[in-house]
Amino acid sequence: MRAVVATLLLAILALAGCQREERDTRPQSARGSGEQPTPVTTLEPGGQRPPGSDNKAASFEANAFHMSEGKRLFGWFNCSGCHANGGGGMGPALMDEKWIYGSSMESIHSTIRDGRPNGMPRFGDKIPDDQIWELAAFVRSLGGNAPSSAAPQRNDDMMAHPSENRMPDAATLGKSP
Amino acid sequence: MKRLLPMAFAAAGTVFLQGCAGWQSALDPKGPAASELAWLIWFFAGLCAVVWVLVMIALAAPLMMRARAQAQPLAVDAGADDRKLRVVMIAVGLTTAILVGLTLLSFFADRTLAAIGSDAVLTVRVTGHQWWWEVRYEDATPSRILTTANEIHIPSGEPVRLLLTSNDVIHSFWIPSLAGKLDLIPGHMNVLDIKADKPGVYRGQCAEFCGAQHANMGTFIIAEPRAKFDAWWNDQLQPAAAPTADEAKAGEELFLRRPCVMCHRIGGTPAGGTVAPDLTHIASRQTLAAGTLTMSRGNLAAWIADPQGIKPGSNMPVVEFSGDELNAVVAYLEGLK
Amino acid sequence: MSSADLASERAPATEREASAEGDLAPEHDGPRDTGMDDASLHGWLAGTWGTAPGIVGALSSVDHKVIARRYLITAFVFLCLGGLNAVAMRIQLSGPQRGLIGPDLYNQLFTMHGVTMMFLFAVPIVQATGIYLVPLMVGSRNIAFPRLNAFSYWVYLSGGVFAWISFLLNMAPDVGWFAYVPLSGPEFAPGKRADVWAQMITYTEVSSLAVAVATIVTVLKQRAPGMSLDKIPLYVWALLVTSFVVVFAMPAVMIASTFLILDRLVGTHIFNPAEGGDALLFQHLFWFFGHPEVYIIFLPATGMVSAIIPVFARRPVFGHLGLVLSLIAVGFLSFGLWVHHMFATGLPKLGASFFTASSMMIAIPNGVQIFCWLATFWDGRPVIRTPLLFVFGFFVIFVIGGLTGVMLASVPLDLQVHDTYFVVAHFHYVLIGGSVFPLLGAAYFWFPKISGRMLSERLGRWHFWLAFIGFNAAFFPMHLVGLWGMPRRVYTYPAELGWGNINLFISAGAILFFLSFVLFAFNLVHGALKGAPAGDNPWDAGTLEWATSSPPPSYNFARIPVVTHVEPLWAEREALPVATGLRVDVRELLISTVAEAHPDIREKSAAPSIWPLLAAVAVGGTFLFSIFTPWAIVWGAAPVAITLTGWFWPKGAPEDEE
Repeated sequence: MRAVVATLLLAILALAGCQREERDTRPQSARGSGEQPTPVTTLEPGGQRPPGSDNKAASFEANAFHMSEGKRLFGWFNCSGCHANGGGGMGPALMDEKWIYGSSMESIHSTIRDGRPNGMPRFGDKIPDDQIWELAAFVRSLGGNAPSSAAPQRNDDMMAHPSENRMPDAATLGKSP
Repeated sequence: MKRLLPMAFAAAGTVFLQGCAGWQSALDPKGPAASELAWLIWFFAGLCAVVWVLVMIALAAPLMMRARAQAQPLAVDAGADDRKLRVVMIAVGLTTAILVGLTLLSFFADRTLAAIGSDAVLTVRVTGHQWWWEVRYEDATPSRILTTANEIHIPSGEPVRLLLTSNDVIHSFWIPSLAGKLDLIPGHMNVLDIKADKPGVYRGQCAEFCGAQHANMGTFIIAEPRAKFDAWWNDQLQPAAAPTADEAKAGEELFLRRPCVMCHRIGGTPAGGTVAPDLTHIASRQTLAAGTLTMSRGNLAAWIADPQGIKPGSNMPVVEFSGDELNAVVAYLEGLK
Repeated sequence: MSSADLASERAPATEREASAEGDLAPEHDGPRDTGMDDASLHGWLAGTWGTAPGIVGALSSVDHKVIARRYLITAFVFLCLGGLNAVAMRIQLSGPQRGLIGPDLYNQLFTMHGVTMMFLFAVPIVQATGIYLVPLMVGSRNIAFPRLNAFSYWVYLSGGVFAWISFLLNMAPDVGWFAYVPLSGPEFAPGKRADVWAQMITYTEVSSLAVAVATIVTVLKQRAPGMSLDKIPLYVWALLVTSFVVVFAMPAVMIASTFLILDRLVGTHIFNPAEGGDALLFQHLFWFFGHPEVYIIFLPATGMVSAIIPVFARRPVFGHLGLVLSLIAVGFLSFGLWVHHMFATGLPKLGASFFTASSMMIAIPNGVQIFCWLATFWDGRPVIRTPLLFVFGFFVIFVIGGLTGVMLASVPLDLQVHDTYFVVAHFHYVLIGGSVFPLLGAAYFWFPKISGRMLSERLGRWHFWLAFIGFNAAFFPMHLVGLWGMPRRVYTYPAELGWGNINLFISAGAILFFLSFVLFAFNLVHGALKGAPAGDNPWDAGTLEWATSSPPPSYNFARIPVVTHVEPLWAEREALPVATGLRVDVRELLISTVAEAHPDIREKSAAPSIWPLLAAVAVGGTFLFSIFTPWAIVWGAAPVAITLTGWFWPKGAPEDEE
C-alpha cells in the first residue's frame, strides 16, 4: 500500500516536473509553421475538427523556461512601449481580467502574430513563431493565469509590479474582496 | 607488460610535451602583465616542486631503515625525540620564512602589475551579456564613440584601460596571454589594464560560469600598430556599405523585413536594435557568435539557419528562411566589411 | 580486573545517603554493575541497550553505531552517484566538440557532482566516522543526544534523496554547486532548479549541525574517567575542532541560501543591484562557509591519519601537543581565508593582500602536522599494510595540493588560474588526497572493528595502486591544461586550442580512478561475507575502541574503562582498569568533568524512539513544500510542532521527582 502511494506521488511529481522544467531551445518542428493559421476554436459547422497534431500551445503554456524567455522578449521588443509592464497605456492593460480578443494561448498568439484593429501591430514577419508562443505564455502569466511554480520571478532590475509568480490568481481578479 | 610501461610513458610524453605555447596559454605571455605572471607561476611552481621533493625524501627515508620492535610501542627514545624536535622546529621556521617571502613576493608583483596601465590613453568599455561581449570604444568626441561586439582592437605597445561591467549575470574577462582575469559584475564597474607588446591576435574566454553557453563565449584582442588601429576605427565609424549586387540588395530587404531588425543594428539602415551584437561591419570580424565559428560564408549561413544547433540555449532564435532567402541574407552580410 | 567503585571515589558519602549527588533513594535505584559477573552483566546490558528487532525497532534505534553504519552506507552510495556524474562529464570532455551531452544536462551534471560530493558525501561521511568512533574512543556507551543523532540521519537521507529525485525530474540545479547570483537568481534561473539547491542546502546542513552539537557534547562531557584533555586521542580532537567549525560555518550558507530563496519566491531584493542589493554579498556569505567547509572535510581526515600512523609506526605520534594546537589553529584560521575565492571580483587590493597573507599562513599549522607525522616514522621502518599505504598516498597527493594552494593564495597568480582547470586540479588534490585517501585507509583500518572481519590485504593493495595511478593520471594534467587556458564548467571546447589529447588522457585516468572504487566496493562486500575473523584488536592499536569486541556490542563496553595514558591499551597491557557503579537496567551514562575527566554524575541516555523519524518527515515535508510556496512555513509548522512535542514529552524519570 505504501509502495503504491509512493509511486503515485512520484508519478504526479514527475509529470509536473517534466512539463515545467523542460528547456527545449529548438521546439520548432515543421517549416513554415508560423504561416499556418492557428485555430482559435475547433468548432465548425457540421461538428468539431480535432485539434492539430502538434499542440504547440500546451508545450509552451506552463513551462518556466519559455515564460522566462517571454519575459525577456517582452522587454527586448518594447511591448512596454504601449502596454507599460502590463499596466496598459496606449494599449490595454494585460494584467487585468479583460481580454478583448480572448485569453487562450491560441488567441494571444494570433493577436501578436496577425495584429488587431485599433493599434496592435502584426509581428508575424518580425518575431519567429516559437518566440510568439513564448510571449503569449508570458502575457498569460501577467494576468495570473500561470501556475505560480512556473511563472517568472522578480527581475534583477527595477520592479514596476510584483513578480508574476506572486500576482493574484486570475480567478480572483475583478471580484471584490 | 614490459612494453606497456614505455609505451605509456611515450604517450604521456607526447601529451605533455606539446609545449606551453598556445593561443590562449598563460605560459605563452605576450604582454608585460602576463610576462610578470608567467615568471611568478614558474618561480612558485619550481619552489613548490623542490619542497615537495624534500618532503617525499623525508617520507621515503624510513622505508630504508630497520623495523622497530613491534611489541613495545611505548618504549620511545627520548634523546632521539629531542633531536627530532629540533629538526621539526627548524622545518617549521623554514616554512614560515618561505611563506612570508612568498607573500611579500606576491605583494610586490601585484604592485608591478598595478603600475602597467596607469598612463592609458584609450578606454574601452566591455559589457558582458549572455553569451557575447559588447565593446564600446570611448572617445572625448561623442560622434567618435564606437560600439562593436566580441572582438577588441587595441593599439599594440600601448596600455589600454578596460572598464568591465555586465548586463545580466557575472562573467569574467580573461585573455591569458596578456593579463589575469577580472569579473564583470552587474552593478559594479571593474577596471583592467592590458597591454600587448606586439601586434597579433590573442584569444580569451569568459571565465565565470554564466549559463548554458558559457563554454562558447570567446573573445579576441587584436593588437595593431597605432596607425592601423586609427584607420580601423575610422572605418568602423562609417555606416554599412550599401549593397550593389541584386542578391545582396534582396538580402538587405529581407534583413529589414524579417526578425533580424528586431535585435540587431546595422549603421546607416533603419535597423537599430541594441540587445544583440552590432552587425554594421560584421564581415570584418574574424569569428562569429563570440568565437564559436570562424567567419566564412558557409558558417554565416549555418549560424543563421540553425543557431540553436550550434549554440543551444543562446538568445539567437531559429528564423525560417528559404534556401534562396538565406543565400541573399548571407550575401548581404558578407558585404558588410 | 581491578575495579574502582564509583561510590568509593567520591567524598565520604555512603550508598544510603540520598542527598549525595547522583545517588537515589534505594527504592528508586536499580541494580548496578558493581560486583556483577560477566555473563549476567552482558545479559542485563544487552537487554537495556539493544535495538529492538523488526522494522519499527530498526527505525527507532538510537544506537550510534547503527546510525553511523547507515550514514556510511548512504554516503558511499552518494559517492558512487557523484562519481558517475564525473565519469559522464569526462566522457563528454574527452574530445573537442564531442556532442554527447548538451549544455543543459552538462550544467546539471557538474552542479550535482559538486553538490553530491560536498554536501552529501564528504561532510556526512567524516561526521559519520565520528558518530561511530568518538563514543567508543572516549569510552562512553552512546553519543550525546542520541535521538537528535537519529533525526540528523533521516534529515540527511531525505535531503539527499530529494536532490537526486529532482535530477530524475529534470529539476536538478544547474547553476554550479556554489550557485552565484544573479545566475541562480529569479531572472536568470527559471523554474524550480535553483530553489531545490537552496532548500536542500539548508536542510542537509541542519543534519550536519545536529551531529556537530552531539559530537561536541560527547567529547566534552562523556569521556571515560582519567581521560584528561592531554589524553584525548588526536582523532577525537580533530572531530571536536571540526564540529566547532561546523557550528560557526554552516549558518552562513544557510543564510545565503535562505536569502536566495527569499529573492526567488518572495521577491525580496537582497541581491538585486537595481534596488539596492549586491550580487557580491552572496559570494561573501557563501564563501564564509565555503572555506571552512573544506577544512570540515579535511580535519577529520587528519585525525584518521593521526590514528593510523602510530599503529603502523609502532610508537605514539610524535608531537602530540603540537598536533593538537595545529588542529585548533587551523580551525580558527580557516575562518579568515574566504576572500581568496573572490580575488577576481575586483576587490580593493589591500584587503585582498590580507587574505593572501592569511591563506599562506594556514600552511604553517598544516606543515607542523606533516612534520610531526613524518617524525613519527623516523624511528624505523613502519609495518606496511593497506591502511598505511593509503596514508602514504595521502602524503604524496595532499602535499602537492597544499603547495598548489600556496600558489593560488597569491592574488596575481590566482588571477591567471582562477576558474580554470588548475583550480580543479588543486582542490581535487587536497580533497581526494587530503580526505578520501585517509578515508579509504580508515575504511581498511576500522572495517575489522565495525564488521568483525578483515578486508583482503591483496585486494587492498590492488585498490591502492589503481586509485593512486588513476587519480594522478586524471588530475595532474589538469594543472597544465588550466595553465594552457581551459576554463572550468565548460561543456565543450574548440579543437583548434589543442586541448584534445590531454583531455583524452585525463578522461582515461578518471575511468581508472572510478574503477578503483568498483574494486573497493567488491572488496567491502567480499570482506563482509568472507573476510577472516578479526578479533578485538587485530592491529594491536592503542585506543579504546579496540578494547571491546569486533563488532562492539550495543552497550560498547561491559564496564567503563579508566584511562591512564593517551594510548590506553598500550599502557595497560595486562588488564584495562575500569570503573563500575552504573545502573544496568536503564540506559545510563557516566558524565565526567570537562578538563580532568573526573567522574561527575550518572545521566540518563535517551531510549529508542520513533519520533526523530517522524520529526524528520515533518521538517522535510515542510522544506520540500516551501520550494513551491512560502505558505509552507505556516502549514508545515503544525506537523513539526506535533512531532517535536511527541519527541520532548517528559518521561518522568525517578530522579526528577526528588
